[in-house]
Amino acid sequence: MKKILIFGYGNPGRQDDALGVLLADHMEKWAEEKDIKSMDFDTNYQLNIEDALTISEYDMVIFADASIEQIADFKLSQVKPNQKTEFTMHAMSPDFVLHLCQSLYNKYPATYLLHIKGVEFEMKESLTAIGKDNLALAYEFLMNAFTKFSYPKDLLDRHCTGQTGEIIF
Amino acid sequence: MGQKLTIEPVTRVEGHGKVTIHLDDDNNVVQTRLHIVEFRGFERFIQGRPYWEAPVLVQRLCGICPVSHHLAAAKALDVIVGAGPDGLTPTGEKMRRLMHYGQMFQSHALHFFHLVSPDLLFGIDARPEKRNVIEVAKEFTELAVQGVMMRKFGQEIIRATAGKKIHGTGAIPGGINKNLSSEERDFFVKGKDPLNIDKMIEWSKDALNLFKGYHNENRELVDTFAAFPSNHLSLVRKDGALDFYHGVIRAVDEKGDKILHDIDYQHYLDYIGEEVKSWSYMKFPFLKSLGTKDGWYRVGPLARLNTCDFIPSPLAQKEFEEFKAYTNGKPNNMSMHMHWARLIETLHAAEVMKDLLNDADLQGRDLVAKGKKGSEGVGVLEETRGTLFHHYRSEKNDLISMCNLIVSTTNNNEPMNKAVRQVADAMISGQKSIREGMLNAVEVAIRAYDPCLSCATHALGKMPLEISLFDKNENLLDQKTN
Repeated sequence: MKKILIFGYGNPGRQDDALGVLLADHMEKWAEEKDIKSMDFDTNYQLNIEDALTISEYDMVIFADASIEQIADFKLSQVKPNQKTEFTMHAMSPDFVLHLCQSLYNKYPATYLLHIKGVEFEMKESLTAIGKDNLALAYEFLMNAFTKFSYPKDLLDRHCTGQTGEIIF
Repeated sequence: MGQKLTIEPVTRVEGHGKVTIHLDDDNNVVQTRLHIVEFRGFERFIQGRPYWEAPVLVQRLCGICPVSHHLAAAKALDVIVGAGPDGLTPTGEKMRRLMHYGQMFQSHALHFFHLVSPDLLFGIDARPEKRNVIEVAKEFTELAVQGVMMRKFGQEIIRATAGKKIHGTGAIPGGINKNLSSEERDFFVKGKDPLNIDKMIEWSKDALNLFKGYHNENRELVDTFAAFPSNHLSLVRKDGALDFYHGVIRAVDEKGDKILHDIDYQHYLDYIGEEVKSWSYMKFPFLKSLGTKDGWYRVGPLARLNTCDFIPSPLAQKEFEEFKAYTNGKPNNMSMHMHWARLIETLHAAEVMKDLLNDADLQGRDLVAKGKKGSEGVGVLEETRGTLFHHYRSEKNDLISMCNLIVSTTNNNEPMNKAVRQVADAMISGQKSIREGMLNAVEVAIRAYDPCLSCATHALGKMPLEISLFDKNENLLDQKTN
């Protein structure tokens, strides 16, 4: 059976910065209810070098993070190894972690990044109303993908490339 | 035409930072400044919250060193609940120590393998695309794997002691909320190779030898790069031993003479002031007895090995003796020796973790101490980058009415500015062009202090790397964005 990791990161004490972490938490509860054994879940404040080891043990990894990009609610993108030098020391981008994984272990999983639009990042523990809505949409999308397929790589790839427009599950 | 060269933010330093180097018409450096966008809102944010929430709330402050803030806040609240600073149960104190030494171990390891090793292995003049951990992974794979595993080991120690990786709850006012099960202990002591404490000690020694080999081959660079005399400040144990978790405050001058004689940190405000400068958001701490001009000091690994009398673990003590002999027992003022000191501390942290893991007190059930409640408390510890102060007052209805923090990077504000000036004078003044290697040299000097400039949020799309060049009239000459 293919092994899948959902990895949300961000600081839950900073409003919508919690979106990635909450997405992973929601998916973990859903997987428990459905008794899905092939999925693991992890969360942290940010990604770092040890995550290269973590992801090396999976066939598919879906990172989830808050985003301030110009997107409506959420989007999914494919992640490919990228050696672009990081300028922060204790936080790494998914593509950098993937590149490190490839360099250290000569392999890397099929990897995606779920960008969830956030709007406020102050020192509060609750999401904004917009953040809540966007989290619900992203969760529904991912849950539906794994309801339809136990290993929805083709479906996710199509969503990333926009070949099918809106995915209908 | 005079120029102002801006490096923004500093690469491979946590969070935001910006360096401006002002050149005159002949390309001589006339002024350097390290600008740090420090987040200062927390002290006001926490006012009005119940005091017992502080150890968890402070983790909002920084997603990079949350464990240090978690423990410093808990130490301050130990005093408020009447349990501290010396009254924790053996299990409570040792669990906290294990958490803290795990944090120190993983953070020091990350700094060395991810940040420093590219400079040592490829040279500070190497092109930027070469000086990163990916290239280390390609050419020195075993070394890079060691870095990853050491970081993971420390992270697992934190998870086991703090309860979870995000917003840990392990430390509470007066103690700890869990002990270490025998299964958790065995994972670290008898874990499948290489994830066990003996391997961590072995690899810590290897990393230290790597640095010492580089030092032997590059003695002039390592000994002179950004070197300047300074005062040094840290906690030391009451008997003078190196101690990351608890002790008294000691400060020495550049010759080793004591300025602060092992004072109780509950009274830190009697000895330490904070100066505000118009051009920086970050304050400049100083020793009141020496004033703002001469009272600045270094904190961190170098300062700790300059203030302590000995290291209470055998392998690190042996390395400490070699380190001290290099400067004939006097304080070491060489910025690049910060890496040497950091790796000795890494080895010490591993040795302490082994001792703690084999201590049956960690399986004890007496987790929390209580006493007569007070209204004010100070918690101080030595975190990766240096001395960290948390100070709280809670007078009515158990709500926090005052909070003051002095974080390690703030303590090192003036030394980092000194280091930038040293390097700029040596490598940039008089040059007609600015090579990337020169800019990296400035960054190397800053990185030696391992500054944490984080604002904790990191949402996708933020924080581009930008380099701007201005003339003396603030006209933008050139700009590059990463």
